[in-house]
Amino acid sequence: MSTLISSNRRALGASVWVAALVAALSGCASSVKLNEDAPVESRTGTAVLPATSGAANAGTASTSQSRVTPVDLTGSSGANAVGNLARVIYFDYDSFVVKDEFRPAVEGHAKLLSADRKKKLSVEGHTDERGGREYNLALGQKRAESVAKALTLLGVTDSQVEAVSFGKERPAVTGSDEAAFAKNRRAELNNR
Amino acid sequence: MHALNPLPIPICSLTLRLQRALMVLVAAMVCAVPARAQFRVEISGVGATQVPIAIAKFRDEDKAGQALANIIRSDLERSGLFRNIDAPAVVDETAQPAMSEWRSRNADALVGGSVTKLADGRFDVRFKLWDVVKGAELGGQSSVVDATDLRLAAHRVADFVHEKLTGEKGVFSTRIAYVTKGGGRFTLRVADSDGEGGQVAVNSAEPLISPAWSPDGKELAYVSFESQKAVVIVQDVATGKRRTIAAFRGSNSAPAWSPDGQQLALTLSRDGGAQLYLMNRFGEGVRRLTSSSAIDTEPVFSPDGKTVYFVSDRGGGPQIYRVPVAGGNAERVSFSGNYNISPAISPNGRSLAYITRQGNAFKLALLDLSAGATPQMLSDTSDDESPSFSPNGRLLIYATRSQGRDVLMTTTLDGKIKARLMSTTADVREPTWGPFGR
Repeated sequence: MSTLISSNRRALGASVWVAALVAALSGCASSVKLNEDAPVESRTGTAVLPATSGAANAGTASTSQSRVTPVDLTGSSGANAVGNLARVIYFDYDSFVVKDEFRPAVEGHAKLLSADRKKKLSVEGHTDERGGREYNLALGQKRAESVAKALTLLGVTDSQVEAVSFGKERPAVTGSDEAAFAKNRRAELNNR
Repeated sequence: MHALNPLPIPICSLTLRLQRALMVLVAAMVCAVPARAQFRVEISGVGATQVPIAIAKFRDEDKAGQALANIIRSDLERSGLFRNIDAPAVVDETAQPAMSEWRSRNADALVGGSVTKLADGRFDVRFKLWDVVKGAELGGQSSVVDATDLRLAAHRVADFVHEKLTGEKGVFSTRIAYVTKGGGRFTLRVADSDGEGGQVAVNSAEPLISPAWSPDGKELAYVSFESQKAVVIVQDVATGKRRTIAAFRGSNSAPAWSPDGQQLALTLSRDGGAQLYLMNRFGEGVRRLTSSSAIDTEPVFSPDGKTVYFVSDRGGGPQIYRVPVAGGNAERVSFSGNYNISPAISPNGRSLAYITRQGNAFKLALLDLSAGATPQMLSDTSDDESPSFSPNGRLLIYATRSQGRDVLMTTTLDGKIKARLMSTTADVREPTWGPFGR
């Protein structure tokens, strides 16, 4: 497909050439196979590549000129309006420290909650599957409280946030390898 | 699976009596189970002193539809104190068995009985226990039960035999509770001590954890996530009536009953973190028990009700501590390894069963609480959890992973006789052994 983009002009020229050949051959009414040894990729429908479609459509099978992608603003939080605020914070093994990379997400949520005191958030802590159920429930609680504390330090009131835990009872992914463990050690921020 | 000759000496060089005993032992290890079983029981191991006993098929047990002799045999074998002698024919309680015949089969005791259907549809279950060595009757009973209680009748025979021949109460009429997970659902079930006859107490789309029997066996406390957080519920087993006893801010979990059934200890995060609190059985009178900045969880009362054992990571990793219920300093009791959780105290208060992490494995351990003892590893599996003592303190039930399935196991305290209660339906976990007195 990438060769298609880079050799766009060459393809254009070649397809015109092929079109001409086809036109010429159709007049012959012979049994020559038209696409034998064709030097360009086949096009469905048309022998002429529209010059204006460009690179944007080059990767798709459909070369629609009317494509529109919808954006859904009906999510109850309206968080999408500020550009996809992250709702999951991941943690290192045996840790409940909110890493720097998640600071912007925490700040974003804090802004929303501070701006509207009626908004409430549930922070749900989770662990990977290793270890005891009750101990992991407590570890998940620590993760949730760590995020909740970060929010209240940024001005969110206590009553707007509840920290709860699912321990290891609600994994995001199944699996017993490091990759799965990492995806399960998390805190989720959900609207209440 | 056992190798063909588990002994370090050639079998053929044993005396004939020992050879026969060995054959019987091997036969007993492959224990037949009723075809309708929800669980399959596999028993393995060789115990030290075991009473050789023959349990004859009860007259008309086939007609009643319950393999009573098999239930009794499995019960006695699981206790670790008996080994089954083959009994080829029906013997009923009115028989006059020839003791010499049973002696030549190397049985020290014999049980025979009958099941008679009455006009009202109930069953009269009768049995007799003989001392083969002395050639005397040791006793017997008759009881009338509904068809649904035929298994219980068999368990009561096993209890009678256990107590008469060992002097200790049997636990076969008791019940266990456990959680199953499967098909996106969770259930809390109540079953016989052998894992059979499981009935659903709670059916939920959200997780259920930490079930705990009330000391009178009438209620189960458990943690439910039905409201999207951990909340402690107490439920009457017979009626299904439930009440929420802890739904404070944050997580509420790890319920444990006091021996008098009036209080519970549990873990609350309402003041931050995970700390231990006490409350009455209705959730009132909440009093904080521990005050650390660490995780304190998994409380369990000592049998005299004066001490609470629990898990705390105040020293770094999770270890087992104990604290007086009246308040005071906590004292550490686990010292081997850096991760020890899930304490269970024996009914005589002298032993602690728990789970210890060794490398990546979580293993069942038993510690004598008298000073200076080192823990004993009881299993050779690596995903053990949730140990719970039988009410006579002779057995432990726990959950583990075997052949890709979550299964329940019982073991004698020396780790020698183990029984696998394998569910054919779903993954099972979190077993807890109920009290005497059903």
